Amino acid sequence: MEYLDFEHPIKELKEQLDKTVSIGKETNTDVSELTKELNSKIHSLKKKLYSNLTPWQIVQLSRHPERPYTLDYINALCDDNFIEIHGDRNFKDDKAMVGGWCSIDNQTYMIIGQQKGKNTKTRKYRNFGMANPEGYRKALRLMKMAEKFNHPIITLIDTPGAYPGIEAESRGQGEAIARNIYEMINLSVPVISFIIGEGASGGALGIGVADKVFMLENTWYSVISPESCSSILWRNWDNKEKAAESLKLTPKNMLKNKLIDGIIKEPLGGAHQKPEVVFKNVKDCLNINVKKLHSLSSKKRIMERIEKFSKMGVFQD
Amino acid sequence: MVWFKRKNQGIFTDSKDKKDFPKGLWFKCPKCKTLIPKEEHNANLGVCRNCDYHSRISSKKYFSLLFDNGEYIVINEKLTSKDPLKFSDTKSYTERIKMAKGETKLNEAICTAHGKINNMKIAIASMNFEFIGGSISSAVGEKIYRIIQFCIRKKIPLMIISKSGGARMMESAFSLMQLAKTSAQLSLLSEQKIPYISLLTDPTFGGATASFSMLGDINIAEPDALIGFAGPRVIKETIGKDLPEGFQKSEFLLEKGFLDFVVHRKNLKNKISNFIKLVYYSKKEFKGRK
Ligand SMILES: [Zn+2]
Repeated sequence: MEYLDFEHPIKELKEQLDKTVSIGKETNTDVSELTKELNSKIHSLKKKLYSNLTPWQIVQLSRHPERPYTLDYINALCDDNFIEIHGDRNFKDDKAMVGGWCSIDNQTYMIIGQQKGKNTKTRKYRNFGMANPEGYRKALRLMKMAEKFNHPIITLIDTPGAYPGIEAESRGQGEAIARNIYEMINLSVPVISFIIGEGASGGALGIGVADKVFMLENTWYSVISPESCSSILWRNWDNKEKAAESLKLTPKNMLKNKLIDGIIKEPLGGAHQKPEVVFKNVKDCLNINVKKLHSLSSKKRIMERIEKFSKMGVFQD
Repeated sequence: MVWFKRKNQGIFTDSKDKKDFPKGLWFKCPKCKTLIPKEEHNANLGVCRNCDYHSRISSKKYFSLLFDNGEYIVINEKLTSKDPLKFSDTKSYTERIKMAKGETKLNEAICTAHGKINNMKIAIASMNFEFIGGSISSAVGEKIYRIIQFCIRKKIPLMIISKSGGARMMESAFSLMQLAKTSAQLSLLSEQKIPYISLLTDPTFGGATASFSMLGDINIAEPDALIGFAGPRVIKETIGKDLPEGFQKSEFLLEKGFLDFVVHRKNLKNKISNFIKLVYYSKKEFKGRK
């Protein structure tokens, strides 16, 4: 298990616990009282630590290397029948954006999301979850296919942003995201989005214009990452904590500001502690909401989608 | 959001240069370094008479340049930003808004107006780069929303003149969602078969490019304008290489297929009027629309 900087007190207690257990074994002494005490200490420390996370700590958890990623969700949620679909039919197959057909509890879905890698090699292969224009165009192709066959769409959002590169600009990164946003508004089938990790700016919204948007408890959604915000506004990277605070990027803030539709519970310490719990929570949320959305006509759904996004914003008239 | 240094803005001159000639009376072209009397430069629509460099000009100038006889009606002029997140960096956002208003005598990073162009009705939304980098606030989104609603009600074409560093960081996700809000309205405009012209001027970046700026029936740009999604500095830092000559310029985007044409400011009005006449207003004489 990897520990984040603020989790070190837990790590220390865990190490003490391990040591106690092994000493007990070696010396054949009864350490059950001691381990019981340590376990309860760990438990109460965890409770204290994780129930008062700062926005920056939430950002850190959202990026935890052991956190489940898009394909983990797909494998866990679907009825063992995922058919991955590749390519934008124009330029290439973007490995940072994955998607395909599957069924979940016998309901067919098109499921799409950004994919990160789990080690140095696959991280590079997935371009750290940063899609190029062809990734957004692939996502749109898949969404249009879902619309054609009248099946709902799930998007799983986990990206530090759309990729900023020479090739990306040459192939129209801005246009690709703009097109997706524009087209998603008018999709005739239900669209449900889950922020499962990082929700950075246009790169996230490019697959995030949905009837219902849910954020997992330890994720963030913002117009810019705290680091970039810090470097622009404070001209250094040291104010990332302050930036994370100021950007109001946590699920709680997003819900309070009516910019998302709900929050999905994670186990104590984050999704990676007990992924199966998170998968179940996502599945339950999905089943309830897809049923609700199916009960509306597509015309009504689109109208409500437009109205929802049109109401977002605070200004003075 | 992408920030640009003031010295790139053209109309402003380095303090070093200011000593060489009377302040405020001359324009020094940042491209060819020619000194031109400011009055003459303004009369030439802010275009360098020597090398055709297009200076950034205000919304007001675009309005008087495009609308017949410089006559137009500004709408929602008072609509302005709030500080929903109580955002504060080295300065509070509330303070920034106040300062921007004081410095620019504007209420927001966009102005919206309607009038006639060669006797055909049109509505124009023009962004103000001088107002917090032309960044997209909730108020900017709302003003675009309202001008599109106006176009739908009155059945008149829309033009948006983009000049924006992108999203307004101090409104975080509120700002981001304006991309969806404005794009949604554009789709309703499109459904009514009303034309939308997007003019991209120097600079157009981030959230603007990732929404309304790239969604025109035609996307056009002024010469030599810097246009992109990610800012050049971010790209340079990410790839650790210098950027090629002409990268993210209008002509580059035209070549890559993201613009329909690049238009000199002096031809702008006629090009626009020609377009809306051909695609929209000509039908009326025969049988009307629908
Ligand atoms: Zn010049």
